[in-house]
Amino acid sequence: MTLATFVVLLAAAVLYTYRLCVGPSLADRAVALNGLLVVGMGAIATHAIRYRTGAFLPTLVVLGLVGSIGTGMVARFIEGRGSDG
Amino acid sequence: MGELLALAGSVFVLLAAVGVVRFDDVLARMHALAKASTFGVLLLLAGAIVALHDANDVTSVALAALCQVLTSPPASNMLSRATYLVRLRASEARSPDAPSPSA
Repeated sequence: MTLATFVVLLAAAVLYTYRLCVGPSLADRAVALNGLLVVGMGAIATHAIRYRTGAFLPTLVVLGLVGSIGTGMVARFIEGRGSDG
Repeated sequence: MGELLALAGSVFVLLAAVGVVRFDDVLARMHALAKASTFGVLLLLAGAIVALHDANDVTSVALAALCQVLTSPPASNMLSRATYLVRLRASEARSPDAPSPSA
């Protein structure tokens, strides 16, 4: 069951990576990076379920905080730069 | 039970990824990501809470879910606001009734 979860998360990561490479705008890439971060959080949670170990769970908290800060920084950068592309 | 919740959550994350790839505008993509993937990762973390038994692990996952709920919507809001404002400025610069710089 957790193996299927990993496979579904892998498919989502492939789709996000496609959007990250294709773009076309910087905001698109920021969205794709945020999605990849969500996939990483899901993978850590699935790993904890599969092996019944909570060793990596504090990383989840850090990822949840840092990822949003990164997206907000990119947003401020786009606003200050004044260009959509 | 926890594994089933995690699988359902990962399906929602995949649906968000499909939306991010297939929608044709930044704001539409952000809409897909902000709602579906937040719900998906919440389901995944709920699955982890159900599956794990140590109180230390459960509180870590609950704190991560709280952080995700509190910080993901403002981040998406900032990004969409920046995109909207930049486009608004560009369209104002293009519109014919805007005051010309020489006037």
